[in-house]
Amino acid sequence: MNAVAGEGRSAAPYLVLGGIAAAIGWGLHASGLLADILRYQKDIVYLVKQHLVLVGVSGSLAIGGGVGIGIWLSRPWMARWAEGAIQAVNMVTSVPTLAKLALMMTLLGIGALPAIVGLWIATLLPIIRNTYEGIRAVPSHLVDAARGMGMGPAEILRRVELPNALFVIFAGVRTAMAVNVGTAPIAFLIGGGGLGELIFTGIDLQEHGMMLAGAIPTALLAVTVDFLFGQAQYWLVPRGVNPLRNF
Amino acid sequence: MIRLDALTRVYASPQGPLTAVDRVSFEVAAGETCVLLGPSGCGKTTTLRMINRLVRPTSGRIFIAGRDTDAIDPVLLRRGIGYVIQQIGLFPNMTVAENIGVVPRLLGWSAERRRRRAEELLALLALEPARFLDRYPNELSGGQAQRVGVARALAVDPPVLLMDEPFAALDPVNREAIQDEFLRMQRALRKTILFVSHDIDEAVKMADRIAIFRAGQLVQFAMPDTVLAHPADEFVANFVGRDRTLKRLRLIRVREVMTPVAAGAALAAGPTLAPDDDLRRAAALFLEQGGDAIRCADADGRVVGCVTRAAVAARLGAPGGPA
Repeated sequence: MNAVAGEGRSAAPYLVLGGIAAAIGWGLHASGLLADILRYQKDIVYLVKQHLVLVGVSGSLAIGGGVGIGIWLSRPWMARWAEGAIQAVNMVTSVPTLAKLALMMTLLGIGALPAIVGLWIATLLPIIRNTYEGIRAVPSHLVDAARGMGMGPAEILRRVELPNALFVIFAGVRTAMAVNVGTAPIAFLIGGGGLGELIFTGIDLQEHGMMLAGAIPTALLAVTVDFLFGQAQYWLVPRGVNPLRNF
Repeated sequence: MIRLDALTRVYASPQGPLTAVDRVSFEVAAGETCVLLGPSGCGKTTTLRMINRLVRPTSGRIFIAGRDTDAIDPVLLRRGIGYVIQQIGLFPNMTVAENIGVVPRLLGWSAERRRRRAEELLALLALEPARFLDRYPNELSGGQAQRVGVARALAVDPPVLLMDEPFAALDPVNREAIQDEFLRMQRALRKTILFVSHDIDEAVKMADRIAIFRAGQLVQFAMPDTVLAHPADEFVANFVGRDRTLKRLRLIRVREVMTPVAAGAALAAGPTLAPDDDLRRAAALFLEQGGDAIRCADADGRVVGCVTRAAVAARLGAPGGPA
């Protein structure tokens, strides 16, 4: 019962978005822009693939790396350095992503590699921070109870710390992936390819069809990625520690 | 069953070494409940936590069933000792059944066996299994959560339970109820229990032995009646309170001071006591009614004896006897 109601709740904004998208689509069709956009169909398919590689590679490496580093920083033996490391992470996070990409280009030249590395760093940091803070926020008496019952450090991490931090970790992943998908078009500026090519060229040429041919798939991708991670957060975080499912 | 031998824990502090527990030795027999009692910071919790090695002793030994626990891997040792804490520490990400199944799972029990055991334990603690097995801790009241906490500690039927102020966070009504239930359960299970408390009333109610701590040292180790009748020193006397004689009344049964009378003997009418009542009820009746004797009746209403003021006074003057 709860689950069905909750699913409805979390899907509702996406239905509204779908409605808006349909209205926009009809408007595009009526104004003839849709035909302009579809002229770039081949480019769209090619660039979407490139774009997905940028987002997919940098995003998945960031999730794996960020959660791993976050866990590592939260271990007792790291306590002396962890706060300093998190401060450094916060500082690097505050550097604008465009500047990060520019720095990567200086270090690694142009092409997909510096773009992926730049996106990776931008995505990594919020995940590290949330994983670390999420694990640290697990009440110490839970860890004490777990130790007292005879769980080893690995079991405590896997069965107590991570599940109880998972909601916060997912929040970090969602934020990070929004940054990732939002920044990916800029990768074009350092030769990383992707849908930014249509957007930026369209802007330069004042060619609205071309611009939208890049912008619309980018927007759809952002919504889809957020929807997928939102659903994952809803279903994978245990009900007892999932504010979305407690009501 | 559990023997502590000169157990000591010293912490380093900026002001130099700090002795939290100072050469504490005592022994708790199998099936007995020993309450570690004292003000906060007296070393009682540290002592408890050394028994399951959450704190490493600086020196001294702990024997459980004759085995030196130093020779046992702490993680394995802990799986064989039930542990209940004040904050309960139920894992909020797991259901009640999963919480109870934590140690069984560590020991490799099958899912079906874990579930059956959880059902059994919930029933034992007066929680309807069908309603509670699949709930999450945030769907339980404080009293229900603490019952589940106790069930979890009993999951693999460990002979020893360590309880760190388990009922301190509950409201007085709930606390009384869960203490009574726990006592009833303990009469059947006969676990060896070490129970930390700062509440003398709780200690008198739950304990077979009371160990009173002060500044890391054990100042008295005795039966509750002895602690109340003969506090070892000024500190213990103050700690148990000036109403310690009233507290003793709870510990003495009417049958211990009753004079049997032949059936049908003429005695003053009025309310009667049952042989299993404690002396608090006798004292209340003496205060309410005046008079020097109260009749005792068995469950069928037959008069079986009487309690006199003199007998009560004599018993309070002479501690000991069957506890």
